[in-house]
Amino acid sequence: MFENAPIIKSTKEFTATRNACKLCAPLGASVAFKGIRGCVPIIHGSQGCATYIRRYLISHFKEPVDIASSNFTEEATVFGGGANCDRAITNVIGQYNPEVVALTTTCLSETIGDDVKMYIHDYKKNSELKDLPAFVTASTPSYQGSHMDGFHEAVGAAIKAFAKGGEKGTHINIFPGFVSTEDLRQLKYLLSDFGIEFVMLPDYSETLDNPIWNTYKRIPEGGTPVSAIETCGRAAASIEFGTILNSGALSGRVKNTKLSATGAEYLEKEFEVKNYRMPLPIGVKNTDRFFNVLEEISGKEMPIRYLTERGRLIDSYADGHKYIFGKKAVVYGEEDFVVAMTTFLDEIGVEVVLAATGGESGNLEDQIRANCPERGEQILAKNMFDYEKIREWCQENKPDLLVGNSKAYYIARELDIPIVRCGFPIHDRIGGQRIKHLGYAGTQDLFDQVVNTMIQYKQDHSPVGYKYM
Amino acid sequence: MIINDPEKDQEIQANVRTVPGIITQRGCTYAGCRGVVLGPTRDILQIVHGPIGCSFYAWLTRRNQSAPAEGEGNFIPYSFSTDMQDENIVFGGEVKLKEAMREAFEMFSPKAIAIFSTCPVGLIGDDVHAVAREMKEELGINCFGFSCEGYRGVSQSAGHHIANNQIFKHVLGTDNPTRKGKFQVNLLGEYNIGGDAFEIERLFEEAGITLISSFSGNSTVESMAYAHIADLNMVMCHRSINYIAEMMEVKYGIPWIKVNFVGAKSAAKSLKKIAEYFGDAELTAKVDAIVEREMAKSEAVREAVKAKVEGKVAMMFVGGSRAHHYQDLFEELGIHVVSAGYEFAHRDDYEGRKVIPDIKIDADTRNIEELEVEKTEDAELWREDLVAKKAALEETGYTFADYEGMMPQMKKNSLVIDDINHWETEKLIEFYKPDVFCAGIKEKYVVQKFGIPLKQLHNYDAGGPYTCFEGAINFYYEMQRMLDTKIWKLVDAPWKSEPEIVGSMTIEA
Ligand code: SF4
Ligand code: SF4
Repeated sequence: MFENAPIIKSTKEFTATRNACKLCAPLGASVAFKGIRGCVPIIHGSQGCATYIRRYLISHFKEPVDIASSNFTEEATVFGGGANCDRAITNVIGQYNPEVVALTTTCLSETIGDDVKMYIHDYKKNSELKDLPAFVTASTPSYQGSHMDGFHEAVGAAIKAFAKGGEKGTHINIFPGFVSTEDLRQLKYLLSDFGIEFVMLPDYSETLDNPIWNTYKRIPEGGTPVSAIETCGRAAASIEFGTILNSGALSGRVKNTKLSATGAEYLEKEFEVKNYRMPLPIGVKNTDRFFNVLEEISGKEMPIRYLTERGRLIDSYADGHKYIFGKKAVVYGEEDFVVAMTTFLDEIGVEVVLAATGGESGNLEDQIRANCPERGEQILAKNMFDYEKIREWCQENKPDLLVGNSKAYYIARELDIPIVRCGFPIHDRIGGQRIKHLGYAGTQDLFDQVVNTMIQYKQDHSPVGYKYM
Repeated sequence: MIINDPEKDQEIQANVRTVPGIITQRGCTYAGCRGVVLGPTRDILQIVHGPIGCSFYAWLTRRNQSAPAEGEGNFIPYSFSTDMQDENIVFGGEVKLKEAMREAFEMFSPKAIAIFSTCPVGLIGDDVHAVAREMKEELGINCFGFSCEGYRGVSQSAGHHIANNQIFKHVLGTDNPTRKGKFQVNLLGEYNIGGDAFEIERLFEEAGITLISSFSGNSTVESMAYAHIADLNMVMCHRSINYIAEMMEVKYGIPWIKVNFVGAKSAAKSLKKIAEYFGDAELTAKVDAIVEREMAKSEAVREAVKAKVEGKVAMMFVGGSRAHHYQDLFEELGIHVVSAGYEFAHRDDYEGRKVIPDIKIDADTRNIEELEVEKTEDAELWREDLVAKKAALEETGYTFADYEGMMPQMKKNSLVIDDINHWETEKLIEFYKPDVFCAGIKEKYVVQKFGIPLKQLHNYDAGGPYTCFEGAINFYYEMQRMLDTKIWKLVDAPWKSEPEIVGSMTIEA
């Protein structure tokens, strides 16, 4: 279909972004808000943003994703979106009877300087409804950061809105970042097996991955209740996955926005909840780190089941590594995902040659060096990259493997490079939302997939159809 | 919402703003302009001026296909954006836009560059038209801008109109080649999703009909530039493209007819209507032969499938034309369409063009420029021959420039709903218990949670083509696959059998 895609003549630095390797901030915020129980997000701006964002999330999660819009008209852009905001809230309450209404802004409402916090304040004051839902707002202009910045901004906003202090408990907070619904479920099983009480924010493991229903549910079950978020200020500790988080929204900005601390940072500062920040637990090394912290916080030992999982994983490394050793891989996607995947691939002997992201933190290179101490220097780590730059780079450097979401499929196809699909978004496969990445079990799945992808490539390109290895 | 009575003239409310907070399936003006109308044209390099999301979301999501010749450029797989950052919002983004255009020119040497404004751009006052003029001068290629900010209109529809206007102003009529065939036509409002246009093109070619240009499936900017040499315009999707057809008739005297290539019988009818227009014996013979041959093939499949699916119930809520066109296919299979509606149509798409004079002009409509089009002064371009042909054919009862809308075709007491929202969808499903629901990806998983298969008629779920005869066969089989599968029996929808696993699962939202 896309034969004759033009050959690029030069590879200088570009002004235009060509096939972006990032999405926009309210998308990330909407995902995070979907992880709060009974929450309906409203995107404050023109209806197109909400429609596009829904469409993208729906095609990844393959689930209903209700996100309302305040439907700006030309008039609203001139006189402010207050009236639209009010009507949207009233209608959402009327239709959904939600526990939480979460507002996330857009480039448009931020540009005109709408003060959503004030709108909500006034709404609460003037409303005749008795049981109003809880409210939370996130400031998410996309000209400041990507969908990941929006995601962490929303998590932080929910913590700031609801967390309270008080006497310390024994439970912990876990901030998993933007991972798959299966990853969230795995984390919950794991913490329960450990016997650790926890609050996970966000938790869209059910809200964005529902079973088939007997009766239609306008608001899907699941999600972290506000009452649980309230206890975050009294937790024994927080574990926060990701080391880059929302720093993209903070780097070198003209407009001063409210974008600031992550949820865990805020809890540490405000309520002295110790924060254990670490890369996503992908690969043996990083998962060990995670289990160590769990042992340290809880004073309990790793359940035997996970010890066996770990042993099995390393056993499979021994069996499979020769098929992938020294292969050259390109990893791309969200920054924290790229750091963790690169660390994992490095651990199994795959040489990551390019680690690229559309994220804007400027910290990717440092983080990769820190996590891959031996080979880090040789990995080209790039912030603000787009898919065309990745493509040009691949044309020249001919890697053996692409690892990341489905948006680089066109590169894989054109250059005949095998691709391992993981991360977000996966639009050209079923089950993208259920891909397991985290822990020993997630790593096991990824490892098998990487190895099998390389074996299949070899098999497909072999003159003899071997069915034995 | 209307309970249809084809005998009567009923007025439906359409093309009005969606209420804030009500979840609509509608997109924005920009989506209609960049995504729908311009998106399928392969050799216009399209730059989205704005922050990243708007551009990313329109990147190759509509499954338009295109068939570039060897060595010809194809920009459809690309999404260019100025990816505005806050310094651009504060200090303006025109400089960055120009730089991006220069860069794109240097990289790809495209024949034309189009710029699309998104919401924040309209607000900070970047003048994309001035930039386009300046760059046209500097780069020596056609450059034009679209003020298609999302907030401008009620839905995608506003964007279609804006796209029509700018193509008419900046592209159409800028080239004057000699004739390319005996029977020259343009196809309007066919976007080549899943290869639909290829099916039509194949039959045209066999019949000896020359497709001058398409707006805009499998099209090029070059062909749009000389589209006015055609002898006839054919309109598929009335909503998105009728403006160009109308303007071409005023300016050049080229008449237009409504056609529909969805459904085997409809395709046959449309082909015959073209032959009748040209009134050429050889052409008529060729068309008749094609129709006879192809119908024989599709009829065999139709009968086999019909035996399995006849009497089933369908509902469809799509776009601005498909909710109507696809009714023909369902009729052919004996499937009843009990309810239908459009996402972004106007009253004329429901009730027919006769209501156009009565449609109220509201603030949103006023927002969009109405081009003042006049008869061309170039006597060579004015098609007096076609004007005469039209008059003569009209005498015989041949209809031009007309679209009857969806409602007259629908059964009495069927339900017609504009801009259906989530709540209405749920209620309707419970009420009608349809066997198949046609809509898009945004409704897909809501409907399937009810245990009802959903067929995407926006992008076809990776299927298609569905036009003409081969397309009809594809669609018949698709319905068989969807309606004859066993998996829905596992779902245990509440009205199909007594639910066995009530209790924890029946929690009302
Ligand atoms: S910002 Fe405007 S143009 Fe962009 S997606 Fe939203 S509504 Fe459409
Ligand atoms: S205007 Fe901003 S928020 Fe809306 S789609 Fe575009 S980038 Fe995203």
